[in-house]
Amino acid sequence: MPMSEEDIFEKVKDTLIEALGVDDDEVTPEAKISADLGAESIDYLDITFRLEKAFDIKIPRGELVPEQLLNDPQYVRNGKLTDEGLAELKKRMTHADLTEFEQDPEVGKIMDLFTVQTIINYVQGKLAA
Amino acid sequence: MRWIWIDRFTEFVPRERATAVKNVSLAEEHLHDHWEAYPIMPMSLMIEGMAQTAGILVGQARGFREKVILAKVTKAEVREIVTPGDQITYHAEIENLSPEAAGTRGTVRKNGEPIGEINLMFSHIDQNLAGTEFPEENFVFTGQFERLVAPFLEADDG
Repeated sequence: MPMSEEDIFEKVKDTLIEALGVDDDEVTPEAKISADLGAESIDYLDITFRLEKAFDIKIPRGELVPEQLLNDPQYVRNGKLTDEGLAELKKRMTHADLTEFEQDPEVGKIMDLFTVQTIINYVQGKLAA
Repeated sequence: MRWIWIDRFTEFVPRERATAVKNVSLAEEHLHDHWEAYPIMPMSLMIEGMAQTAGILVGQARGFREKVILAKVTKAEVREIVTPGDQITYHAEIENLSPEAAGTRGTVRKNGEPIGEINLMFSHIDQNLAGTEFPEENFVFTGQFERLVAPFLEADDG
């Protein structure tokens, strides 16, 4: 029986509360994982492990957060994503909303793409597969 | 003094779990400042004891190929004070293990009775910070720790 988006949100919320020590009411769909909930790089690994367990899915490295993109000179120049970089990001991050980011694709702003909704979308995609 | 906060492994199942004991002694210098009138084992050093127990378990699980460093204290709760003469037992189990990181769950016991939980996350820095040099002192898998775990590894080919 497929999980509803509401059920996925509740489980993702529990995961984030456990991993980041935030309060229930801080975890809204729009909340940014780093900027709003205070996650650091080790927290992303913790979140990934917990999501794998909570939803019984496998999250290969680089699938949730395409880190290898950020270090590739073909995709990043002068702190911004090149056209190829943006195209590659769109391909890999079907779970994120890139419309605002596209206007000014600064590498420093990539982590703002990761909201609670991004994670919900990602999990939905994995469960449907 | 040496920065060793466990005295002996009593159990070491590679890639699964490990248990180590630490005897709290009035001969430990820092206890006389923590606190002069009432020496108690500092919480930070119990976290370190668990980190050493779990860190060696995690490092050995990856064949000591990488430097394993404590990256996150996910939970650390100890509900009773520990004083000189007490024996602390740290029991750690690997919950998650990947090339980049590991997560462990652990129980702390005082004289055999459970008094808390310490859950940790480790980062395997060679997989995460390729090329950055770290001084040898940061490396915990030195001779003394190897000697603690060696008896349990003779039987393991992993």
